[in-house]
Amino acid sequence: MTDIPAKVAAPSASSGSVLLTLMKLRTFIALIAVLVFFSVAAPNFLSAANLILMAKHVALNAFLAMGMTFVIITGGIDLSVGSIVGLCGMVAGYLVLNGIDLLIGYTIYFNVVEIALITLAVGILIGAVNGLLITRLNVAPFIATLGTLYVARGLALLSSDGRTFPNLVGKPELGTTGFGYLGAGRLLGLPVSIWILVVVALGAAYLARHTPLGRHIFAVGGNERAARISGVRVNMVKMFVYMFSGFCAAIVGLIISSELMASHPATGESFELNAIAAAVLGGTSMSGGRGTIGGTIVGAFVIGILSDGLVMMGVSSFWQMVIKGLVIIVAVVVDQAQRRLQSRVTLMQMAKAG
Amino acid sequence: MSSSPDHDVILKLEDISKVYAGTVAVKHANFEVRKGAVNVLVGENGAGKSTLMKIIAGVERPTAGRILLDGNEISFSSSGDAVSRGIGMVFQELNLFGNLSVAENIFATRELTNAFRKIDHRGQERRAAEFLEQLEAGIRPDMLVEDLRIGQQQLVEIAKAVSLDARILIMDEPTSALSAAEVEILFKVIAELKARGVAIVYISHRLEELIRIGDYITVLRDGRITGQEQMRNVDTQWIVRQMIGSDAKDFAKADGHVPGAEVFRAEEICLPRVTGGLAVDHVSLSLRAGEILGIYGLMGAGRSELFDCIMGRHGQASGRIFIDGKQVKERSTTRRIQRGLALIPEDRQREGLVSILSVASNLTLASLSRFVSLFHIRGGAERQAVMQMVRELAIKVADPAQEVSSLSGGNQQKVVIGKALLTGPKVLLMDEPSRGIDVGAKADVFRTMRKLSRDGLGILFATSDLDEVMALSDRIAVMSNGKLTGMFDRAEATEAAIVAASALGHGPVHGEQRR
Repeated sequence: MTDIPAKVAAPSASSGSVLLTLMKLRTFIALIAVLVFFSVAAPNFLSAANLILMAKHVALNAFLAMGMTFVIITGGIDLSVGSIVGLCGMVAGYLVLNGIDLLIGYTIYFNVVEIALITLAVGILIGAVNGLLITRLNVAPFIATLGTLYVARGLALLSSDGRTFPNLVGKPELGTTGFGYLGAGRLLGLPVSIWILVVVALGAAYLARHTPLGRHIFAVGGNERAARISGVRVNMVKMFVYMFSGFCAAIVGLIISSELMASHPATGESFELNAIAAAVLGGTSMSGGRGTIGGTIVGAFVIGILSDGLVMMGVSSFWQMVIKGLVIIVAVVVDQAQRRLQSRVTLMQMAKAG
Repeated sequence: MSSSPDHDVILKLEDISKVYAGTVAVKHANFEVRKGAVNVLVGENGAGKSTLMKIIAGVERPTAGRILLDGNEISFSSSGDAVSRGIGMVFQELNLFGNLSVAENIFATRELTNAFRKIDHRGQERRAAEFLEQLEAGIRPDMLVEDLRIGQQQLVEIAKAVSLDARILIMDEPTSALSAAEVEILFKVIAELKARGVAIVYISHRLEELIRIGDYITVLRDGRITGQEQMRNVDTQWIVRQMIGSDAKDFAKADGHVPGAEVFRAEEICLPRVTGGLAVDHVSLSLRAGEILGIYGLMGAGRSELFDCIMGRHGQASGRIFIDGKQVKERSTTRRIQRGLALIPEDRQREGLVSILSVASNLTLASLSRFVSLFHIRGGAERQAVMQMVRELAIKVADPAQEVSSLSGGNQQKVVIGKALLTGPKVLLMDEPSRGIDVGAKADVFRTMRKLSRDGLGILFATSDLDEVMALSDRIAVMSNGKLTGMFDRAEATEAAIVAASALGHGPVHGEQRR
């Protein structure tokens, strides 16, 4: 999963190469640094219970950040994921409690698997709306997803008139029980949500490296015109990344409401910013074309461990925000420095050769 | 090179090199600018003239080398820095603010202000009017620039540069949009500036113009300076020889194979222009297997647009195309590539390559489906194809996993060609395949074209280089103003006939009409 940090600079005799290698491994170094720091500074940090708890926190952001990574690699942005999380939680909660009233005296209740599938479909659908706005109507990604951010949040609030759907245990006679498994269940000692993360992450990393679609995602972000002339179906690629981002957000919506056994319409506010932060920290370039799933996951872990560790140390949440912001800025500054160093090394070599 | 006593060297470039990602634009150039004289700089497209001038004007910084002004070494941190040292430039692409008035443009960044920092509009307009008067252009200083004709805008740009009161004035193709009468006025202004001791650096493609007003001439070829002389010692032949090089171009020889059956036909291709009229005007042509059909035309003749139409890049294009006699009804680029069409675009950086991906990823980008089982890319098969292409096209790369932007221009071009070939095309469209690459790579590209045609590929290639089209084509089509204006067999083609056909539909040299 750590394919980017493991990719070492091409061997070169120049003195810049050691520095370059360190810079390329920066996210990994940061992860080790926060792990070491907190295991010394915060008691109980390294206990199994705490590590699992932290992993569950991180998983939520990691799902969103993976979807975000593909979107950003194509040169776009998806601001709507936080709202999709909220709306999908509400959809799941509504279906568990109320089912669908057919208006002819009957109400259909779905079992938990069906509810999960419907919720995922809603997430993908909103992603598809984003994709259509961007590819067919030529709306800038920032604006299109800002619009769906508001629309989805509004729909979530409308679905319950702003109230929480409480107590989603379901009724055995309707077959709607078992919703808590996603958030609280365990498999081989690990939380189910972690297993889902592993499966989705492996799938996404495989997609990025070994399928034509993955290659096309990078090509579209690197040079959309050239990709089009090479026969890449640019619109289809963009549709996919926004739909995948919606799918990831729907998973998060399901997991959160399942953990709490309740869905609240304001769930997921500002999650999109954490997702972007994790992607950027993991080496995804906001200008498109660069990024890896492995890097993003490491980035999500750095951010997650940082905030949980600071909580355990009793640092005020105001300071936490300051520190998180600084880490993101430093990450991008180092990223820029690495690019400059790299291009200077290449140019000097070419000037010598030419 | 001997110097006249009254023409002191004011600016000297020593051993200047400028490297961009992927290309070396200027190589070890030495260049002197003399006071009170017109210093002419010529060279073919992409020879590095504009880059050299941008270095002098402080827009670009050299990768290596020294700049000496009045004998002192200097380095400009910005174009403002260069302006403050008395260097002004008329850019080839107009650098004007369309939403501001002529006077505001002329005084942009050095506005005339009163004691309270308020802009003195009246004063600016009065001063601007004086400069415009010199140019006899009939432009009022309070007009908005976007309301002016292109030629008039160019005159405003010139007025702006003159108003700088510069000691060195660089003019990059100042006459490209001017009418004959306007050119005369410009020359008068240049003569006045010369008399005042201003050093003028003059870049143009029009040889007759250069010979008329130049005092010194410097010729650039492929980023190197190949000749430097006083103008009175040279003639047109000398200039052309320095520009093209005595080594001539290494065109691969025809091998005398006979083209086969028709492989491609286009009928009545039309493409409307945004500004009205047709960019491609009812063009029909046919191509046989193993044939190289050269399409010659000046800039803006519609060659690239024709290729774009054939590849299905314009939804509003009309006309029919056939491959092996069967009509191609598919409209998307993806489907047309599957039917056997492939394009090597003119602009390598913008349309040919994904510069941040590796050489290998670029090579297989258009043909990934060949290496896929179900949805998995078979790494081995892909690597094999990449290595084979690298060998066949002699792409100089240590490791195909290297970023494509680290290659030289010629090798990048080979990657673009390789990408097209991996799709297994029947018809190859090459738009200016030799632009901006060095002599050796050019020869490789031409050899590859010969070999492909021998293998039975039909090749359509567009160029604005007369030698190239004469040497490589089995047949020559000429385009002008979107129309096909000539079709010659190689045996009957003469340079004069081709040039005449390429000028059909153009009026006398009135820039506004050409736009």
